[in-house]
Order: sequence, then C-alpha cells, then structure tokens
Amino acid sequence: MEPIPAPSIDLVSLAPVLVLTVFGIMVLVTDLFIGKNKSALVFISLTGLLMAAISSLAKYDLPVYSFNGAYIVDHLSVFFTFIFCISSALAILVSIDFNQREGIKVGEYYSLILFCTVGMVLLASSTDMIMIFLGIEIVSICLYVLAGIRRNDPKSNEAALKYFLLGAFATGFLLYGMALIYGTTGSTKLTIIAEMIREGSVRSEPLMLMGVVLLIIGFGFKVASVPFHMWAPDVYQGAPTPVTAFMAVGPKAATLAAFFRVFAETMPEISPSWGILLYILSVLSMFIGNLGAIMQTNIKRLLAFSSVAHVGYLLIAIIAKNSLGSASLMFYMLAYAFMIFGAFGIVILIGRKGDENLEIENYSGLAYKHPILALSMTIFLLSLGGLPPLAGFVAKFYIFSAALKEGFVVLVILAVLNSAISFYYYLKVVVYMYMKEPIKEFNITLSPMTLFVVAIALFGTLHLGIFPGPIIALAQY
Amino acid sequence: MLESYLGAGLMLLLAIGIAVGMVVMTSFLGPKRQFADKMEPFECGESPIVSPHQRFSVKFYLVAVLFVLFDIEAVFFFPWAILFKQLGIFGFVEMLLFILILGVGLLYVWKRGGLDWE
Repeated sequence: MEPIPAPSIDLVSLAPVLVLTVFGIMVLVTDLFIGKNKSALVFISLTGLLMAAISSLAKYDLPVYSFNGAYIVDHLSVFFTFIFCISSALAILVSIDFNQREGIKVGEYYSLILFCTVGMVLLASSTDMIMIFLGIEIVSICLYVLAGIRRNDPKSNEAALKYFLLGAFATGFLLYGMALIYGTTGSTKLTIIAEMIREGSVRSEPLMLMGVVLLIIGFGFKVASVPFHMWAPDVYQGAPTPVTAFMAVGPKAATLAAFFRVFAETMPEISPSWGILLYILSVLSMFIGNLGAIMQTNIKRLLAFSSVAHVGYLLIAIIAKNSLGSASLMFYMLAYAFMIFGAFGIVILIGRKGDENLEIENYSGLAYKHPILALSMTIFLLSLGGLPPLAGFVAKFYIFSAALKEGFVVLVILAVLNSAISFYYYLKVVVYMYMKEPIKEFNITLSPMTLFVVAIALFGTLHLGIFPGPIIALAQY
Repeated sequence: MLESYLGAGLMLLLAIGIAVGMVVMTSFLGPKRQFADKMEPFECGESPIVSPHQRFSVKFYLVAVLFVLFDIEAVFFFPWAILFKQLGIFGFVEMLLFILILGVGLLYVWKRGGLDWE
C-alpha cells in the first residue's frame, strides 16, 4: 500500500504554543514531587513565558502562513504574544503573595495560567474559525477554573458557575455563527472567506449576515461588551484579585485580536452591516460601563464596569478597520495591561485575607499613611481615564485618530464625552485617598513581589505615556 | 461498488439479529415474575423517584470521568494501528508523543490520588 505522506507542518511557527504547553505540563508534574513550597513552580512558569516570548520571534519575513493557512505568524500575532506573555508574567508575580495570604495552595494555578496563555496565542494567530473556536475554548475553560480556584469561598464558586454557564451559552452562539458562515462560503478559513466576500457573491446572503450577527454576540460576550456584560461585575468581584486582573487583560486582548481578524481583516467589504452593530455595542458599552461604574462602592466592581467601558473604546479600533486601528488596538492593550495590573496590584496590597478592604471607603486617607501607594494608584486611575501624559491618553488618542481617519466623528465625540464621565468615578477614589480621614488602621504588608509588579506597571504607564514613539512604531511597523 | 458495503451490511444484520433475538428469546424462554420494583423504569440501578436533596459519592463520577477520558483517547489507537505501515515514521513519532502526554496525565491523576477509592 502507498505510504501516506506526512502533512507539511511548520512547528517553528507554532513555537510559543509548544513552549507554553511543555512548560505548563512541567509545572503540573513538578507540583507532584515538591512539597508545600510552590516557588519552584513560579520560577518554571516565568521561564516558560520568557522563552515563549523569545520563540515568537523565530520567524522572519512576516506574515507566514502554516498548517494549510489555518495559522499565521504576522505582526499582530507576535505583538499580541508579547502582550500575553507580559500580562501572564505579571499575573503570576502578583499572585505569589496573594496566594500565600489567601491560602491558595494549588500548583495547578500556575499551569492553568500557562495553558490559558496557550489559548490566547492560538486565538491571536488563528486564521481558521475552527482554530479560533479552539483558542476561545482553551482560554475560557482555564478561566472558569481559575475564577473558582478558591474552592471553599462561596463568592468564588458563584463567579465560576456564573461564568461557566453564561460562557457555555455564548459559545453556542459563536459556534452557530461560524457554522452559518461556513454554510454560505464553504470554508472555515478566513482567507477564503475574505476572497468570497471580495468577489461579492455572498455579500447579501441572509445566512451570511445572520452568521455575522451571531459571531458578534459570541465575541461580544467573551469581551464583555454591553448588552452581553452582565456576568462581568459578579465574576470580576468573585474571582481572586490576581485572576480578575488577568481576565481583564490577557483573554480580553486575545479575543479582541481574533475579533479584529474576523471582522476588520476578513470582511471589510460588508462593514456597513457589522459596523453599525459594533457601533451600537461600542456606544452602549461606553455609556453603561461608565454610568454603571459611578454607582459602585466596591473597587473590584468599579474596575469591572470600567473595563466594560474600555471595551467600548477598543471596539472603535475594530470599527475603524484600518491599519492604524490594529496598531492602536495593540498599543491600547499593552498600555491597558500595565494600568490594570498596577491598579489591581494596589487593590491586592490594600486588601486583606478573605476579601476584606475592597470597598472604596477603605481607601480613605491612604495618602497620609502610604503616600507612594496613593500616588501610584492615582496615576493608574488617571491613566485609565485618559489624562495626558499617561499611557491611557496616548492609547485613546491613537484609537480616536484611527476612527477619525475613517470619518467616525460622532463616535469619537461620544467616546471623548465618556472619557470625561469616567473621570468622575476615577477621581472619586482619588478624593477618598487624599481628602478623607482613614476609617481604620490600614495594616498593610508591603509584600515585595506585589510592589515589584506595581513598580513595573508604574514604569510602563509613565514610559508609554511620555515616550510612546518606539512602541507605536513597533505596532505600526 | 455495492460489494464494498457487504461487510457493513452483514454487521448491521448481525447487530439487528442479536438485539431482536435476545428480546424474542427472553420473552419466550425467561421466567416471568412481576413485582413492583421490576416494573419501574430502569435508571442504572438507582431509584427513579427520590428526593433530590441527597448526598452522593463524588468518587463514582471522578472514576467515570477518568474512564471516559482514557477510553476515548484509546479510540485513537485503532485507526493508527490499522494504518501503522502507511503512516511511517511520522505517525509513529506523533503517536509516541500522544502516548507520552497521556502517560503524564495518568501519572498526574495517580499521584494526586484520583485513583484512590478511600
């Protein structure tokens, strides 16, 4: 009988995924043979992330397609791989002291973060809808478990269950949308779908548009944009704080990267149909996110609503669908990673065992006791709001200019208006820190690793804000 | 053309034959003693109508999940074994990797006490 030829596979382009998987398994196995002290696992995970980031540079002459055009290494995917590795590394660093305090003694924690990163890299590099689905599922399943990692805490359980049920439901929408698009175009490959749309035969096919709508629902849920955001505040509040920070950055960035690939890169010709939907989603996310955040008294819920609002800004980059849009998406996510990990780092420092000290009023008078922490928190919050010369301002500036280039003036005006609204609740925290008397002793243990993360985040926020040039150049390339 | 389906057809007939045969044979040959428990719908050995507020041993489910996992993975071995020669060295190496990952999984389950009944 004829030998079956081996498929042409290019493992080098898959290097970051392979490295992360191997290190994830290594963490699992090492965990079996070491005792209570989990610091070796931290070391292995961080090494894995570093090597994954380096190995993503293995390909030159981008873009490179592999696996029959199902996987791509291009500028977007490499840049996002770096964002994922940075955010996962920060999540691991910020978890060390937190896990010790809260008594989370499971080695799986670190391997789940690595496996989640695998899913994120797959998501950002897939050009096939099956692969995108696979990536989303890898990311989601890891997050369901991570959200509920405090098994004995009812809030954590609630978060995990809620996230799981709604997430599984949303996955159904996503899959149905992919099935309908496959039905009309006859392919799951984004390149072929793009070609079909360019030819024009499937443009006004009702099933195609139906599929697009279902895809938007699925993606919209995964990135927590209004009106699919209901799960976000509860899940963000119930999950362990480092996991919350991780969820708000890495997986969101990955899903937005896939979002950008599927819509802005694959179907720009039918942008009037999906553009208007994303337009509505974006405006709703900004308004409901920002207005919702004003009402919150819990800092984690406040940041959850603020992240809903940020998704609104980020969707503008997809609506703009130009090269500046993708560059601004990358820059925004990088800046957002630093701001969010900084803010959550402070939340972790202020917080006490068993979810105490998470109310905004617990921050009253922080500036008198710990002026540097209060100043850092102020910088992160103002950067989230978009105050120059911080990273958040530059990020928003590029997203808005991408949209203005395409003529979305009203959208940009609404976004700027929303940035102004957001200052209300960001400044509320600042007012509490600087102008109120402390309600009780802070009793903060300045754990070195968390402080280290805050320092990195501070550096990132200031550096990207004051010298954005090199990174923007990298993103635009 | 149709001849290639001969084996499948025979298999189908045999399957139907065995199933029908068993039902027919038992209704002719088997003793018939009817009592209340026996007339209830069959629910895998559990009583069909119970209060939902009861404790159950999670061990069964753990073992069942692990069984399904390793069982399904074993299914991949059959097509590989049939095409072993044609797949050549590539298929062999891929399968070794697959078994290695499976083995690590088994080791993990074992060490974590997933297989301990007590």
